[in-house]
Amino acid sequence: MKNKVVFVLSGEAGQGLQTVEDFITLAAVNKYHIFSTKEFMSRIRGGNNTVSITFSSEPVYANRDRIDYLFLLNNDALSRVSHRISADTKVFGESYFSGKTGEASFFDLSLNSLSKEIGILYSNTVLFGIIAGILGLSVEVCRDILSMHFSKKGEVIIANNHKAFDIGFAWAMTSGFSVRISPKKENGFKIKDCTEGIGIGALAGGCDFIASYPMSPGTGVLVYLSSKAEQFGVVVEQAEDEIAALNMAIGAWYAGARAMVTTSGGGFALMEEALSLSGITETPCVVHIAQRPGPATGLPTRTEQADLNLAVYAGHGEFPRIIYAPGDFTEAVLLIQLAFYNADSFQVPAIILTDQYLLDSRWEYIPFTPDVNLLERHITETLPDYTRYAFTDNGVSPRGIPGFGSGSVKCDSDEHDENGLITEDNHTRTRMNEKRLAKEKLLLDNFIQPDIRGKADIFIIGWGSTKHVIAEAIQEAGIEAVQVHFSQVWPLPANLFTTFETAEKIIIVENNATGQMSRLLEHCGIIATDLILQYDGMPFSVETLSIAIKEAL
Amino acid sequence: MKQSFDFEKQPDIAWCPGCGNFQIRQSLLDAFESLSLDKTRTVMVSGIGQAAKMPQYINTHFFNGLHGRALPVAVSIKAANPGLTVIAEGGDGDMYGEGGNHFIHNIRRNPDIAHIVHNNMVYGLTKGQASPTSRKGFITPVQVSGVINEPLNPLALALVLGAGFVARSFSGDAEKTKELIMQAVEYPGYALVDIFHPCVSFNKVNTFKWYRDNTVWLDETHDISSFENALSKAMSLDPFYLGVLYKGDPKPVFHTQLAAYKNDTRPLFQRNRNMRDVSSLLGV
Repeated sequence: MKNKVVFVLSGEAGQGLQTVEDFITLAAVNKYHIFSTKEFMSRIRGGNNTVSITFSSEPVYANRDRIDYLFLLNNDALSRVSHRISADTKVFGESYFSGKTGEASFFDLSLNSLSKEIGILYSNTVLFGIIAGILGLSVEVCRDILSMHFSKKGEVIIANNHKAFDIGFAWAMTSGFSVRISPKKENGFKIKDCTEGIGIGALAGGCDFIASYPMSPGTGVLVYLSSKAEQFGVVVEQAEDEIAALNMAIGAWYAGARAMVTTSGGGFALMEEALSLSGITETPCVVHIAQRPGPATGLPTRTEQADLNLAVYAGHGEFPRIIYAPGDFTEAVLLIQLAFYNADSFQVPAIILTDQYLLDSRWEYIPFTPDVNLLERHITETLPDYTRYAFTDNGVSPRGIPGFGSGSVKCDSDEHDENGLITEDNHTRTRMNEKRLAKEKLLLDNFIQPDIRGKADIFIIGWGSTKHVIAEAIQEAGIEAVQVHFSQVWPLPANLFTTFETAEKIIIVENNATGQMSRLLEHCGIIATDLILQYDGMPFSVETLSIAIKEAL
Repeated sequence: MKQSFDFEKQPDIAWCPGCGNFQIRQSLLDAFESLSLDKTRTVMVSGIGQAAKMPQYINTHFFNGLHGRALPVAVSIKAANPGLTVIAEGGDGDMYGEGGNHFIHNIRRNPDIAHIVHNNMVYGLTKGQASPTSRKGFITPVQVSGVINEPLNPLALALVLGAGFVARSFSGDAEKTKELIMQAVEYPGYALVDIFHPCVSFNKVNTFKWYRDNTVWLDETHDISSFENALSKAMSLDPFYLGVLYKGDPKPVFHTQLAAYKNDTRPLFQRNRNMRDVSSLLGV
């Protein structure tokens, strides 16, 4: 008996695929382990978008190519997924797809006819009923989800949705399609996408200010925090451009807030000068870069890990920074929370690198309470003789803010003396430069060691969103390998190579074309024997990655 | 209690002898003192340029950031701690050129800040190129046949964008400049004071005498509550009018309309995040 089954909904933008995904994942999360991911075109209506939902008896956190149940929801729904179907795939759609699905079995399913009685608007709920029926989900749970979702729309709408659900559920029962995988053993999981993870983690990090300019796939975090602005007291402002956004965030930190921006590579490129401003004024900032394929506009709604170099080298001049790259929901929450704390502690920019795949996928997690100690603000009440840039042993000067104490807080983007006054004294310049750069040692002292799993001669390295697809590909390939996942990608300690001294093979997996992490690791003495790179705008799948790993051996 | 914003020991000021900035500095010091501003709650924000060095020479909090980017920083400081008095100051190139987009959109935000722009119609620190307010035909090392672009009219632009307080001064009239600065700081909302002043090193056309000859102070017959009057005065280039062109009824300011201040008036840094509420978002 298979322990995983992959459902794919293929339709067009504006059709409500995401609502069906919401219903199904909520309804099934107590019965199966779930991983859900989506890919979509850069358009508001039409085109072809897909949602892939994996249901499993065991934990599952990665994207698969395989399709077991495919639902074709408009007339363009087949061509872009046809390479993913096989003889094992059951395809459901309007009769005009008959004979076009190759070796896969095709079954007539007209959502239009099924929903005709109550109205075409309810076809998504009919589909929810069908999938719930095939998966054998609790009717009661599903009905509650619908009641909750449509609670503001009134009794009639709720009743119609229940009716639509029943029609779909009955269709599944009479047609006899049924998934037979055993339910999961563990319970207590929740499921959310990483856009919400970054948003919740920011709140857990004390974020009380966000300024951003909309840019996919980073906008969702701005939207999420807007929805929580009143409850949590977050200043939310849509900036006139990305340059304003990061300058606003820096201004807010200067005045005592914990501020962030969310953007993508193109927007971050506009923020570079402000990142440098954060560096020299030693005003903290938190930047979320949601990567998508470039250069320039690239593929706006697709995924890539090609902005690592941008993040590491962004900004003129020399100054330390921290860069984290979460690999799932829990890491997203914890790392952005830590980003706020460490930006505050060390007075440096902290960057969170995610990507479209990570943000738009739904990941299971066990609910947890974030560490309340990370909310501690590192600001000091000033005295009349306060000097913002006092030289200290570790490079961190006590940070005052205006309106808290009797001293003056003087920050300057020009090179400055301890008082924040402009100086061209070469000796002071040297000392200030060394003071700022000394903080890199603190960042390295707080380096998050890579997550290392397994014992073998083969090491497979990844960072960020490839964490779980690598783990599941190793499993799928049936090989023994050590998996190394970097969730902190900068700065990297020089002694990192010691971890890899026993390695016969070092395979580095990256969702980019040039192996950016592999080049950073080279500076630490870690030389890849093989690179597995994908840069078509899509995430790795378990299948393609396991084949690539086997080929590399 | 009145506090002096000057230093006991004169700072080493980087302006050229005879620069109009010295008079503007004195007007600013006098205005702050007359307003009895509290040094511990006053923040000056600037970009880069000779005018933008002003905060260095005023003894208070300051954030001297990037060229063109004073306004976003000033607006967010006020939004993070509305109890602070925030003044954004810089030159015409800084505020109207590099920072043009922020000039436009921050007027729309209506932050409760005073915006002081030194307007000498030339780039000084980069040695004499045209600024957005340079007049047509002005010859510079870059605009060798004279400026061909239309000059920006910051007052008219501010007015049509909805600025509630729009004024222009001349640095040579220190007392009047001081009064306009005081009004701008006190005005509840975005307040622009554009200050003409000579650049003695790089603008040999728009000299002290030129400003004297080409400007006229508005008298009491000018109705400052009339937008139409203000706009017609702003559009006049011969002469350029000085004084308060427009002072409208105050409108809601930026920070008071933010969700973060709906149920809580404290500055952000005085608030504590409730981790239980965050945990409940995670389903704990």
